[in-house]
Amino acid sequence: MNSISNSRRQFLIKSISAAAVIYIIPALSNKTLAAKPPSQKVSNKTRWAMHIDAAKCADGCTACVDACNEENGLYGFNRPKTDPQWIRKIKIKDINTDKVTTLPMLCQHCENPPCCDVCPTGASFRRIDGIVMVNQHTCIGCRYCMMACPFKARSFVHENLTQQLTTAPRGKGCVESCNFCVGRLDSGKEMTACEEACIKEGHHAISFGDLAKPLSRVNTSLKQSPSIKLRADLKLNQRVTYTGF
Amino acid sequence: MRSSLMSKLEINQKLFWFLLSILGLFILVGFFSAHIMEEEGHHITGMNNQIIWGLPHVFAVMLIIISSGVLNTATLSSVFDKTLFKPLAPLSALFAVAFLISGLLILVLDLGRPDRLVVAMTVYNFKSIFAWNIFLYSGFFAILVIYIWSMLDFTVKKHSKAVGTFAFIWRIVLTTGTGSIFGFLIAREAYATAILAPLFIVMSLLYGTAIYYLLYNLICKLNKKIISLEITQNFIKLLRIFLYINLYFLILYHLTNIYISKHIDYELFILFNGGIYTFLFWLGQILLGIIIPILVLSNKNMSISSLLVIVGGFIGIWVIIIGGQAYPLNMFPNHEIVESSFYDSGVYPYTPSLYEIALGLGSIALTLFIILAAIANLKFIPIDENKY
Repeated sequence: MNSISNSRRQFLIKSISAAAVIYIIPALSNKTLAAKPPSQKVSNKTRWAMHIDAAKCADGCTACVDACNEENGLYGFNRPKTDPQWIRKIKIKDINTDKVTTLPMLCQHCENPPCCDVCPTGASFRRIDGIVMVNQHTCIGCRYCMMACPFKARSFVHENLTQQLTTAPRGKGCVESCNFCVGRLDSGKEMTACEEACIKEGHHAISFGDLAKPLSRVNTSLKQSPSIKLRADLKLNQRVTYTGF
Repeated sequence: MRSSLMSKLEINQKLFWFLLSILGLFILVGFFSAHIMEEEGHHITGMNNQIIWGLPHVFAVMLIIISSGVLNTATLSSVFDKTLFKPLAPLSALFAVAFLISGLLILVLDLGRPDRLVVAMTVYNFKSIFAWNIFLYSGFFAILVIYIWSMLDFTVKKHSKAVGTFAFIWRIVLTTGTGSIFGFLIAREAYATAILAPLFIVMSLLYGTAIYYLLYNLICKLNKKIISLEITQNFIKLLRIFLYINLYFLILYHLTNIYISKHIDYELFILFNGGIYTFLFWLGQILLGIIIPILVLSNKNMSISSLLVIVGGFIGIWVIIIGGQAYPLNMFPNHEIVESSFYDSGVYPYTPSLYEIALGLGSIALTLFIILAAIANLKFIPIDENKY
């Protein structure tokens, strides 16, 4: 009788321990440590964002642009008017102080994105984790989203493409834009290609991360300097913010 | 109106087939251009990542708002009980169908993925005014077909007033939708104002009236008749009213933009220092499209006035669509963009390609083809010598 109750007790202890190992510990630690496994659904508990410190952005450096092109298999046809650009460098001058600043410009991942509002098929959509992207299977190429974007963040694919990457589906006749390297994020790497390149160059102008994590790089950067949203008057509440100009 | 008072187009068979062949040729060239655009990609056109919508959209908007406006004659008859216009009403609905088909076709053929039309027709985002317009346009087509049937078939004629009233309301909503495509765009200073909706409505009424008169005049010439003075005088009255209302809304639109301080730079661009766009605005949209037609109307020359309205109207839509995009986006208020690889600074030029021109001409040819084929085979034309 005793041996039976012992084995029953041991069975219960082992079962609970196993459940803890499988479910409880990962669930607790996931919030602070582990990356999201690919099988896990996108959650609104994650809030991807980017902070750009223009004061640290080096004039003439195109590391972020090159990295984006490589990551997403973007290439041009030596036709700058129609070649796609997901991220670009812009040099601006303050009309009052003449201060010149360079900064990277990309999709601002608005919380109220006009591109998604106007898209007739819903191909332009915003994931609940804040990434604004284009479903390449339902985009009909009407370009209404490009008309609606206040930041000229989108490109239309004007040419026949070959050798696309499996991680970045693209095609002629569709609209595309920065998607915060969604493939990377979904496979657990919490860093965009542009940020990685900027860090590698030693500039640290781009800080990306999850706003829900207090110690994320984006939050750390945001704490250091007050940020602004471009065209804040439009109340689009972008996830990409700037400082330093 | 009895159907016996209507007739088919009395046209020489050889001339009929000749005209149809010429129009068919333009249509084929238009389709061929669209095919090349789809095969090669849009880089062969004048459109790019800066001028996103080009000549095909100018044609499409023009044709679609004409489709709505050309129904004026039928509305006067069915809704406002102007009996003089009753025999002219079926023709008006036929014109509307023809312009609608062509306008929609050019929109579809310019899509990056026209092969995904079935996606556009089955997957909707109802927050999008485009999605609403898909319903408004296809619904208008269905209503027009029923309307023509109710006017031409004596057995169901009693319903024509109800259908006509419904068509009238629908077309006002439709043109509101077309104007709102631009009016809801908060990004661009040329747009982002609800006044574009009524402006588009009055533009449609004006261009529709002008084009009806021109086409009816052409049909009469083919039929070796002349339009009666009574009809012409009525059209002159209508056109004059719409010209003044168009001028009023155009002034209101620009005054509104001047009053919105963040839009003022765009207004200065269009009104004073926009180069070709300023030139087109004053000489094309205002002088050629409104002022001269008003003056010409005082000489009772409806044909010349109508022709100028259409030319000026086309230029006006060009100024709205192309000029609105050519002006750079104001991404950094209080800053000047010094350098960008994506043409973020300065006014962007646009020259349409031959493919776009062929597509546009093809759409006009298709409109005329549909009208010619219909009036040669169905009784659309009133035959009362004195009145019409």
